Amino acid sequence: MPKVTEVLRTMDYGPAPESSTHVMSWLDQHKNGFGHFIDGEFAGSSGKQQFDALNPATGEVLARVAQGAERDVDAAVKAARKAFRTWSKLSGHDRARRLYAIARLIQKRERFLSVLESMDNGKAIRESRDIDIPLVARHFYHHAGWAELMASEFKGYGPLGVCGQIIPWNFPLLMLAWKIAPALAAGNTVVLKPAEFTPLTALAFAEICREAGLPQGVVNIVCGDGETGAHLVAHKDVDKIAFTGSTEVGRIIRTATAGTAKKLSLELGGKSPFIVYEDADLDAAVEGVVDAIWFNQGQVCCAGSRLLIQEGVAPRFIAKLKRRMDTLRVGSPLDKSVDMGPVVDLVQLNRIRGLVKQGEEEGGTLLQSVCELPAKGNYFAPSLFVDVEPASTVVQEEIFGPIAVAMTFRTPDEAIQLANHTRYGLAATIWSENINLALESAARMKAGIVWINSTNLFDAASGFGGYKESGFGREGGREGMYEYMTADWLETLPPLVDRKTPALSALPAATAEHQSIDRTAKLFIGGKQVRPDSGYSYSVLNAKGKSIGQAGLGNRKDIRNAVEAASKASSWGSATAHNRAQILYYIAENLSARAAEFTNRLMALGSKPKAASEEMGLSIQRIFYYAALADKYDGRVHSTRSRHVTLAMNEPFGVMGILCPDDAPLLGFISLVMPAIAMGNRVVAVPAALAPLAVTDFYQVLETSDLPAGVINIVTGDREELAKTLADHDEVASLWYHGSAAGCAAVEKASAGNLKSTWTNQGRQFDWYNDSHAQGEEYLRHATQIKNIWIPYGE
Amino acid sequence: MDKSAATNLHPPRNKGTPLHPEWFENIQVNLSASERRAATMTTRRTVKKEYQAAWLVKAIQCIDLTTLAGDDTDQRVHRLCAKAKRPLRTDIVETLGLADNPPTVGAVCVYPLLVSAAVKALSGSGIPVASVATGFPAGLTPLPQRLSEIRYAVDQGAREIDIVIHRAQVLTQDWTALYDEVSAMREACGEAHLKAILATGDLKTLRNVYKASMVAMMAGADFIKTSTGKEDVNATLPVSLTMVRALRDFGEFTGEKIGFKPAGGLRTAKDALAWIILMKEELGNEWLEPELFRIGASSMLADIERQLEHFITGRYSALSHHALA
Repeated sequence: MPKVTEVLRTMDYGPAPESSTHVMSWLDQHKNGFGHFIDGEFAGSSGKQQFDALNPATGEVLARVAQGAERDVDAAVKAARKAFRTWSKLSGHDRARRLYAIARLIQKRERFLSVLESMDNGKAIRESRDIDIPLVARHFYHHAGWAELMASEFKGYGPLGVCGQIIPWNFPLLMLAWKIAPALAAGNTVVLKPAEFTPLTALAFAEICREAGLPQGVVNIVCGDGETGAHLVAHKDVDKIAFTGSTEVGRIIRTATAGTAKKLSLELGGKSPFIVYEDADLDAAVEGVVDAIWFNQGQVCCAGSRLLIQEGVAPRFIAKLKRRMDTLRVGSPLDKSVDMGPVVDLVQLNRIRGLVKQGEEEGGTLLQSVCELPAKGNYFAPSLFVDVEPASTVVQEEIFGPIAVAMTFRTPDEAIQLANHTRYGLAATIWSENINLALESAARMKAGIVWINSTNLFDAASGFGGYKESGFGREGGREGMYEYMTADWLETLPPLVDRKTPALSALPAATAEHQSIDRTAKLFIGGKQVRPDSGYSYSVLNAKGKSIGQAGLGNRKDIRNAVEAASKASSWGSATAHNRAQILYYIAENLSARAAEFTNRLMALGSKPKAASEEMGLSIQRIFYYAALADKYDGRVHSTRSRHVTLAMNEPFGVMGILCPDDAPLLGFISLVMPAIAMGNRVVAVPAALAPLAVTDFYQVLETSDLPAGVINIVTGDREELAKTLADHDEVASLWYHGSAAGCAAVEKASAGNLKSTWTNQGRQFDWYNDSHAQGEEYLRHATQIKNIWIPYGE
Repeated sequence: MDKSAATNLHPPRNKGTPLHPEWFENIQVNLSASERRAATMTTRRTVKKEYQAAWLVKAIQCIDLTTLAGDDTDQRVHRLCAKAKRPLRTDIVETLGLADNPPTVGAVCVYPLLVSAAVKALSGSGIPVASVATGFPAGLTPLPQRLSEIRYAVDQGAREIDIVIHRAQVLTQDWTALYDEVSAMREACGEAHLKAILATGDLKTLRNVYKASMVAMMAGADFIKTSTGKEDVNATLPVSLTMVRALRDFGEFTGEKIGFKPAGGLRTAKDALAWIILMKEELGNEWLEPELFRIGASSMLADIERQLEHFITGRYSALSHHALA
């Protein structure tokens, strides 16, 4: 220790170590290695393959941990399945008591967990102590509440079963909480795999579960690497997979679970914009950057890593940022005066170094903090790239390290364009003191979380999750609960009666019902009737096998054109809900005026008169239903922090593909397309292949109902072929599919390309005549994604 | 002039500038962001053991040991000055290794009528006397009286004048009036340094605090100071953050180095450390010296003494084991 007189001269901070004594004695207790936590017991680790949990600050081995093999995953799933039978039958109150006990015990062990997290992950103790662990406790408290309220707040919903959960290494215990708390609250049981870099707090949590009296098998922890995760994803008795991690692995999981009926939520990568307008509090925005990218070593999926600064203030802002960067302190994560610790592993450090090198080679200028780095450990100095362009690799790729990239813009429109011009859509940050500008920008961000004049704020009451290739599903709040539940009626649906659609023939039909004047059903794209690109049509047959007309054989190019038309019709999403409702009502009015004609058409397509008439009546009623709901499916204001408004807004996806069911050719189409457009989406719909004519007649109704061009596009033809093109299309944000189980699997698999949200019938038979199944908020929920906008206030 | 009397005064005076409303009229200060930064200031940084002891000694050197009560007497001031000269018990000074250069406080701050008593009591110590003036604390007396009050205090030997601004000029955004008054006060100070008390508790918004800070500095304030200690809300970290950022911006525009003095509400050793962290983080080590940093406090010293004794002995101390101020 230097003398007081010496410090009086230097006025340095000096070391301020957090004690690791208790954690060291815990590790010592487990010096023979950690086994998996299965069915309420720690399995022995002897005889199992093990891996090392390292301290990234020192490279020392903290513990040896068993590597989960297929049989371990099997045992864990089996235990979870067994526990599900009783856990799911407990009253919400009984589950709430257990979750409450976990929350309490986490609070009572808060310092232990903080120190352990910092040692295992490398994050500064300031963060684990003040951010991670308090949020973990908060998450369990919040979800103890949902458990209590499950029956009253989520009527008609029940748990899914066994949830497989795979979490990342950047917020190990917090991500565990985000996964386990809602799953348990809803009555599910869990098999969770922590990241191989950071398994220790999950194992400590397992001990807390035991201490809290959680029934055996409700929570199971299996450690291991990606291979262990793959076993969990592939397991046949798992009902849900929740994953947080890279977009690359998210894609693999989407592909692997395609067609398995496993519910899926993915929280993936990002390259989130951080916009600084010229009227921002610049010093505050500088601190925002600190909290955005020099937080957790930049290993944050929602990090504001792409700085967009208005040209006029950019030099001043960069100068302020540079000054601030130099005051950051990097060092031992257990030092209480440290802002940044080491990155989690050498593999990550090398990846960061590689990207930074590439950034410099491409002409970027790297500014780095002058702070001292410890001699050993995986440290990387806080950094900022300037002289980079949207085309630069470091601007496009998620670096997942403490490196921001900075660019300028001239106008708000340009800022928003630059901000949204990415394949990701997790978060966005906006700094402006002008409420008009801030809210306009927030509304136009294509991102699941928007922070105004703040960044990286989290709360259990608010949903978290992305748009586009940042994944789908939400964690936290009411919206997060739905990811762990299923509607009771969905579970009662029988398997689909497969109609064995024959291949559509472009050849002339053998026999035909002659019409007085031949009618030509076309495709309907961009508000116009168009001929199919292929130049082919197929005959539509009635029950007797006679042709009653022809429909176009749509192909890839027709889908391409339809998506483009839908894409251009973006003003539909910003029209008022009242305006959309009016147009829906008008559609119903015009359809009603031609009810007799449509009823006849349905009969010609094979319906009995009574059924045709019922389908007609229900079609009109269903349009009314969604016209009614168009301006009533409100968002929420979440109760998060004091003096904050956290707005949860329901937003349309944009372009949706809808593959309609074979039965109820008109009603099935209406039941799916109307909720989608009521919420502001634009649709490319493929009607039932065997009975498309009711829908092609319907475009005449659309033409007379003031529906803007491109909002509904209709392409007839082979469903599976067109579905594949739609699922592959990167401009399509969401896809609904009704068809065979094999078809469901195919679209889910193909949707991995841009990670579009999918909703399929899972090979089940929907009953379009049953109001309690065929309409409702479930449809609207699937037609929207929730954006949470954080607006702190105060003057 | 007694040269040693000027040890804590920063030699280059703030030359001031003409009034530049364009430097501050469009300033944006976001309250919740300021609060977040202020709240994490002390969770991101801490000092322990020798470092903490040294920082607390530094705090003592920056304290403007203050008495501003209606019942102040010459004897009361005499007692305060004795404490100012020897703020720490000799055994503590020796154990800390400071016997060669024992710490004294930054200044003693009193009402104008008590300046002469303070000057007498501090004679030869090198500790300057600061006087509040200009109708402290409300500042609502006619300008000629306020200026003559300054001249009186300077005549009596005050080396620093803590003036209060006319809050109405901020609340009505009358920057010319504020600038003119503070300029006149600066002129009345002569060689004495001017510390401008903004009474931030009355200004309410951080934007007002920033703008008032800027105008005071343009008018030649050598220090900007938060509070009189008499407002409902005195020095807070978010307000201080706003002021030191204004001070930093002013330095960028002009090259001038302006001092900062939080006052009122700072009572504990912990408070002292929090404000030193703020200064170090936002401005750097140069602003940790009494030339550019003062803490207006009366009871803080007693807590610092106890903490330092604890550092030395490992035992918690009692207030009665340290001399009264």
